[in-house]
Amino acid sequence: MIHFDNVTKVYATQSRPALDHVSVDVDKGEFVFLVGPSGSGKSTFLRLVLKEERPNSGAIHVAGKDLARLSNFKIPHLRRRIGCVFQDFRLLPNKNVYENVAFALEVIGKPRRFIRKVVPEVVELVGLEGKAHRMPDELSGGEQQRVAMARAFVNRPMILLADEPTGNIDPATSIGIMKVLDRINRTGTTVVMATHDAAIVDSMRKRVVELEDGKIVRDQSRGVYGQAY
Amino acid sequence: MRANFIFSEVWIGLRRNLTMTIAVIVTVAIGMALLGVGLMINSQISAMKDFWSDKVEISVFLCKKNDAFPQCKGSGGVSQQEQAALKAQIEAMPQVQGVEFENAAQAYANFREQFKNDTVMISAIQPGDMPESFRIKLKDPDTYSAVIDALKGAPGVSNVINQKEILDTFFGLLESLRWAALVVAIILVFAATLLIGNTVRLSAYNRRRETGIMRLVGASNLYIQLPFVMEGVIAGLIGGVVAAVLLIVSKVFLFDQVQRYLVSNNPLTWETVASVISLTMIIGVLICVLASFVTLRRYLRV
Repeated sequence: MIHFDNVTKVYATQSRPALDHVSVDVDKGEFVFLVGPSGSGKSTFLRLVLKEERPNSGAIHVAGKDLARLSNFKIPHLRRRIGCVFQDFRLLPNKNVYENVAFALEVIGKPRRFIRKVVPEVVELVGLEGKAHRMPDELSGGEQQRVAMARAFVNRPMILLADEPTGNIDPATSIGIMKVLDRINRTGTTVVMATHDAAIVDSMRKRVVELEDGKIVRDQSRGVYGQAY
Repeated sequence: MRANFIFSEVWIGLRRNLTMTIAVIVTVAIGMALLGVGLMINSQISAMKDFWSDKVEISVFLCKKNDAFPQCKGSGGVSQQEQAALKAQIEAMPQVQGVEFENAAQAYANFREQFKNDTVMISAIQPGDMPESFRIKLKDPDTYSAVIDALKGAPGVSNVINQKEILDTFFGLLESLRWAALVVAIILVFAATLLIGNTVRLSAYNRRRETGIMRLVGASNLYIQLPFVMEGVIAGLIGGVVAAVLLIVSKVFLFDQVQRYLVSNNPLTWETVASVISLTMIIGVLICVLASFVTLRRYLRV
């Protein structure tokens, strides 16, 4: 599903590479934690998958597509198959829960009847039934992140990228968020989650890829956050 | 593509930047109106030139008795022989297409016709006061200098008047007016372009959250950019409509009024006004679209 072959990325303003000859494979339906300290290259990895950045060398395949040969015109179609969740939720403050989720479908031109059918299903899947007409500022952080996950998942992407989704959320609420991610993963969606949260990684017992200074230092199935912690 | 989504986005954008939108509308309107006035003057100039080029004549006035012109002093008027010699000389010139003799009675009739509303002038002038003249029509109105040089000072000639020179002064005035209008129009179009760029940039900044999400969920570039471009187009269109009104007003209150003082029956037609209006509208909207796209490429990374 995601295939990195000897990928190196150097940002123009920095001499040290953000990713240094990284090769990794993520299969369809996998759940992968991407761990490592700040600046280790986790976010760069996710941005490369979305083709928000281009690698300096190496090949990236996502959902069977060679990103180097994907024209700019086709990037939106790639992104429709990838859902994204962020630490800061990125909801539209002037739209309610339903509208925020529906927005993702509206802007890719889905018919209204389809939107009306699908959005309530997804709102229920993330555990927000009965709160569809709340505004984001009326929701807790955990609930807002559930809205963001509903938006990321409403188009049934093949891949869900989560960049520290529990970073702004207390540990108790984080468990709920992880349950939703696990539920999404069980539908066959590949999930890649970058995180600092050792407790979550340890409790989930999923594959762990650890990055340090842009290099993969550990790739362990059913792993924990790290021996050192 | 969902039209109502795009239009609601456009409406929000225009309302959030109301002052900038108004500035765009005003500059586009004035710029386009001046461009249109320039084009209208232009079409008037060529219509009048066509009209006059058939009619311009060189008038060779002949001495009459006790004429005040220095050339005529003591001659006691043009003689029959001098008149015949002049006619032969004029007809022999290669530039001349035709020549007509206008006697005093015809000249007086023409004079009465021209000043029919001015009783003082008519009562003051007697048929005997009108000079006889040859009216020369040239093959090419621009080749007058040789003809005039040859006839000025010929015996029996009091004065030579080239209508073309009088007209040229007038056309020169009109042409500088046209250039002034066009230059100001170009400056305003430039200002409008910058203003539209700024408006679109503000809009893009105001809606960076929305566009960021649209990018992430895979909205196409066209879908993301269209609301911004439409904002420019709508502001440009409103400006164009205001310009059209200004142009119609200027036709009725400027061109038609001036026309009454000019001896020429080619008023500015509504067809000309309509084509000028559609041209300025197209230019206005095109400028808006281009300015929006160029700005978006810089400020809305897709």
